[in-house]
Amino acid sequence: MARDALTGSRIRERRIMAGQKQAMLAEQIGISASYLNLIEHNRRRIGGKLLLKIAEALAVEPQTLTDGAEAALIATLRDAAEEVGLADPELARADEFAGRFPGWAEVLAGTRQRIATLEQTVEVLTDRLAHDPHLAASMHELLSTAAAIRSTAAILTDNEAMPPAQRNRFHANIDEDSKRLSDSAQTLVSYLDASEGTADATSSSQEEVEAFLSDHGFQFEALESRDATSAQIDRLISTAKSLRTPAAQHIARGVLEQVMRDARPVPLGDLRKTIKEHGTDPATLAHALRQPVARILRRLAALRELGAGLVVCDRSGTVLFRKSVEGFTVPRHGSCCPLWPLFAVIGQPGMVISERIAQQGRGQPPFQAFATSEAEPVQGYNAPPLVRSVMLLVPAAEGSGSARQVGATCRVCPQQGCAARREPSIV
Amino acid sequence: MSKHVVLVEDELNIAEAIRFLLSQDGWRVETLANGDTAVDVIRKASPDLVLLDVMLPGKSGFEILHELRSDPAFAALPVMMLTARGQARDREMAEKAGVSKFMTKPFSNTEMLNAVRELTAP
Repeated sequence: MARDALTGSRIRERRIMAGQKQAMLAEQIGISASYLNLIEHNRRRIGGKLLLKIAEALAVEPQTLTDGAEAALIATLRDAAEEVGLADPELARADEFAGRFPGWAEVLAGTRQRIATLEQTVEVLTDRLAHDPHLAASMHELLSTAAAIRSTAAILTDNEAMPPAQRNRFHANIDEDSKRLSDSAQTLVSYLDASEGTADATSSSQEEVEAFLSDHGFQFEALESRDATSAQIDRLISTAKSLRTPAAQHIARGVLEQVMRDARPVPLGDLRKTIKEHGTDPATLAHALRQPVARILRRLAALRELGAGLVVCDRSGTVLFRKSVEGFTVPRHGSCCPLWPLFAVIGQPGMVISERIAQQGRGQPPFQAFATSEAEPVQGYNAPPLVRSVMLLVPAAEGSGSARQVGATCRVCPQQGCAARREPSIV
Repeated sequence: MSKHVVLVEDELNIAEAIRFLLSQDGWRVETLANGDTAVDVIRKASPDLVLLDVMLPGKSGFEILHELRSDPAFAALPVMMLTARGQARDREMAEKAGVSKFMTKPFSNTEMLNAVRELTAP
């Protein structure tokens, strides 16, 4: 608050003028030097007896230490009054108000400053409001509280002759609302802090999930057993440090439930045995194990020795899951290259594509891609099927056949004359 | 007899402030904090003015306004809406629903009182 801010600086100024060391003055008035330091740097409120002691020790009138502060306070009060259009005879009484009710005047001035800051914040954030429901809700809370404080504060300024009971109630309301205001402001700030910094490796919930899965090496021993239950999934999620947001927990739960459904018919042990006999070709394995190809692709991705990547998307082409593999970029933001086999199979459930691909760029390694799509379990009669498409990327030996060139995302793709280009490249 | 206003606002402290202001200005103020019963209360009270928050528990201010306007008896009733949310879009929706005056929070008391006086000027 302006009042305290100035007071601290004034004490410091006066002490230095008097040639006193901070420690000496502190000892004289019976507080620690570090506390005095906080006061002098306007980090602690100061008033009452302590102020009188300091004034005495510095041999100045207490007024001298606070006079400038008083002026700032009155200026803020006048601002507040002008903004609500307080008429002139009243407007001129700001100093009287500050003199007679210094505490309340500070509450009002502080509130007014807070509102100004908040109004600025509101302005800056307006654009985001339309897109972010969480943000919109926080702002609604903030604005409502600011509205209550503003209205109530103005009533208190304009009505000095209010009955004490009514006045006290309004003061209690302001007190309550300013607490609410600072709480919701804090919530908002931490929300914005968390959602900022897109460069952060764990900035999106998808990335939190990938960090969680790779902490486990994409394998969950507990879920491989035949009597695995969803309680085990709960435990895995609740103990995971990397899953901070509810969104990430939701996604991770979906992934783990899928792992459990896949592990029951195709435990990794069985899969390894079958591979010994038949090799790693997914279609062959699917036949041998009598399981859908999509399931085999997901299970193969969990085998460390294969070192394969996996991408899963829904019918809109939105990537739901990724297990990264070096040499194949799945863009974090924006949409993927439509030339991936992953997208070619979306409209053709049951079709399995096997194709050698490599991403654009010098020395990008080739992959054998296997892609298929499957309908999710039925949701009810006459409901459109939810289709998921799965692509397994198995690193292929260099020079073991020619690879079709695909991209990562248009913005970073150097390919010229591509019919699928959506936007110009920046490279 | 003093003029009568129904105030539908779930933020109690705002409601208290508005009640004080309007009472001082000679209004008889009836407040309620949820949307469910608002239409019934307004029908019974047949007030000179309605102040309506947009975000209300139970029923939104838009729905209430829409219901009121579909009754010929309340087609001309002055209704002022208060909102702290998505200004531009809310204003558009409110205007479509037939609002008489739209006010965004936080507002100054003078602003509010002027709007009320304007709406109910003979």
